[in-house]
Amino acid sequence: MLASSSSVLWYTMRATGIVSLVLLSATMVLGILTAGRAKSRSWPAFAQADLHKRVSLLAMVFLAFHVLTAVIDTYVSVGWTSAIVPFASPYRPLWTGLGTVAVDLMLAVAVSSALRQRISARTWRGIHWLAYGSWPVAMAHSLGIGTDASKLWMDGIAALCTSAVVGALAWRIVGHKRARERAAQVGAITRAVPVRGDAPTAPALGRRPDRSGSAPSPSGATRPQREPSATRLLEKDRP
Amino acid sequence: MSARQRVAIRVRVDPIACDAYSYCAELLPERVTLDEWGYPIVDGTPVPAELVELATRAATDCPRRAVLLERVVVGR
Amino acid sequence: MTCTTMELTERLLSRPSGAVARSDLAGHVAIHGALSLPKRDDRSWSDGVLRAVAESGLLGRGGAGFPSAIKWDAARRGARRPLLVVNAMEGEPASAKDRVLLSYSPHLVLDGADVAAAVIGASEVVICVADDSGPTAASVDAAIAERTRAGRSRRRFSVARPPGRYVSGEESALIAWLNTRQALPTLRIDKSVALTVGRRPTLVHNAETLSHVALIARHGAAWFRQAGTFEAPGTTLVTVTGAVRSPGVVEIALGTPVADILVRAGADAQLSGVLMGGYGGAWLDPAHLATPYAPGPLADVGATQGVGIIVALPTSSCGIAETARIARYMAGESAGQCGPCVFGLPAIADDLELLWAGRADADLLPRIHHRADTVEGRGACRHPDGVVRLVRSAMALFADDVRAHAAGRPCPGHAAPSVMPFPATPAIRGSGS
Repeated sequence: MLASSSSVLWYTMRATGIVSLVLLSATMVLGILTAGRAKSRSWPAFAQADLHKRVSLLAMVFLAFHVLTAVIDTYVSVGWTSAIVPFASPYRPLWTGLGTVAVDLMLAVAVSSALRQRISARTWRGIHWLAYGSWPVAMAHSLGIGTDASKLWMDGIAALCTSAVVGALAWRIVGHKRARERAAQVGAITRAVPVRGDAPTAPALGRRPDRSGSAPSPSGATRPQREPSATRLLEKDRP
Repeated sequence: MSARQRVAIRVRVDPIACDAYSYCAELLPERVTLDEWGYPIVDGTPVPAELVELATRAATDCPRRAVLLERVVVGR
Repeated sequence: MTCTTMELTERLLSRPSGAVARSDLAGHVAIHGALSLPKRDDRSWSDGVLRAVAESGLLGRGGAGFPSAIKWDAARRGARRPLLVVNAMEGEPASAKDRVLLSYSPHLVLDGADVAAAVIGASEVVICVADDSGPTAASVDAAIAERTRAGRSRRRFSVARPPGRYVSGEESALIAWLNTRQALPTLRIDKSVALTVGRRPTLVHNAETLSHVALIARHGAAWFRQAGTFEAPGTTLVTVTGAVRSPGVVEIALGTPVADILVRAGADAQLSGVLMGGYGGAWLDPAHLATPYAPGPLADVGATQGVGIIVALPTSSCGIAETARIARYMAGESAGQCGPCVFGLPAIADDLELLWAGRADADLLPRIHHRADTVEGRGACRHPDGVVRLVRSAMALFADDVRAHAAGRPCPGHAAPSVMPFPATPAIRGSGS
């Protein structure tokens, strides 16, 4: 069969799609490891973080080609709008739409990271959490779109990616629990301790329910009023 | 500023923002070591020219933006 | 000229003979005389008062000992009307001077605040009283109400109640609370940049400092300097507790020998040591009790004035036990923002408790010193530094006991009850055990 330009586009679209799925999975694994502070002498944390950023960029490049070829290719009609607007594609709206959702989420993460120095840390972190949503959506799109689904090698790739991401998540959750237990043993600290690998939870200091400036607020049943002793002190002091 | 003086940078850490990621200690061990709990101990001597790039990278790569580079005047 | 005789020291706490009662406005005027402030911004009056405060050499009484006139000069220069904050938080458990001052002579503090506000051009004054000091706040509220009724001041006075924790009285933490309702110290790289509440530059003054201002405004700098020393003029309030027959708040002239203060409070003849300054202060060797009570001489013997805390430790108590209790308390009072403080202080407290119990391992002593060196200077505020100073002074002063405890032979006093006041919080572990 002659390789028409249309089928070149078609095959490029599928290939770049699969590669970006693999790269996205790798990005997820690296991101989870970075956040979970996995490091060793030969695998320093800054290098992991760096690799995570670079692999994500590579994934975006392949993703761009994937979207571009999908839109240009006339074999199936996808349309330019559905590159960004989900579920607007005439061709398999649900599964293509999921792909669009994944693209939207990844775009948000990418843009926020590009503007990282200019936005607040909390905003950046909130948007970055969307990445956790983009991966399963991308995986669903890959499997559901049906083009190469249920072919053994595709299933194999999907299984590998999934086990890598799920494995990394499991490692992170277990490690996180252990770190919390360790922190609870550290001294008699009444407020949440910044646990490594976790966003520091705000200390309880100052977080009193009373938000007015002047109403007396109870600071806890255990704190005794200190006034009476002060009075006694002064009276005892007088000759 | 006399002819002998120049502006150098030195590394400082915002201890409130710091969350013990330790990238700074990995990138710039000449100026940053870690205490037993993983938090940075910073040597405040000015950074020599050949390490400025690494120091800058430590500041931009820090996930909490806790590494600060301060300009100091060095020399007579 | 220095005058350290006790007769000159009844200034802030002066009363008609015998009466220990709260001064209302009329009583206050009867004791100290009236104070009239200009009806509108009067530059020459402000300059005059500023000059008087500068010449008086008044140093802040909130622990830092900074010259007050310099703070005022900086606050006046901003474009916006500044805010004056009166710091009456008194987070140190062993201090009662600000509570006593505000409970008994609130008008003296409010006069001083009015004067300072007039000089720096502030239209609003906020008095910060800890949320667990109800009677103190009530006294201030009543005083403000009296003054409002009497048409005393053009400025707006209000009372704020931040949470009564140890660090919430720290200057940047107090400002942070006024801004965000979270009393967390902030990192201040450049201390000459003014703290702001909203956009207003803010001046924070300890309550006692302002009460001295109120008297300087009435009687002048020369009068103020009649007591005290040249470097540390005037009188100051100290809280004397521990092994003393008459614990309480005393007003003394700076430069008075520490021994005189203790004698007046009826201290035991023999003491193991004296805690000076606060829980972030230092232990004073009983051999140095002749030291004049003033910042310079105290620093020379490794002690500090701090917020005027003096706790006499009897020979029946164990200095290591008390230091361990203080370290545990201070660890629990960390704001929880900086790793070295959050992890380092409990670790030091752990080691001190082991030492107290006589269960030291071979590395314990070098470990305490190493951790102290590691933690020092690496927090955003001076909280860990205070603990380090106290622990180092304890290791030095109680060296003989340290050796005995480390060898597994704790001194007899280690089971004695504590003479240190601690608010009852769930964080305390090991106190009394």
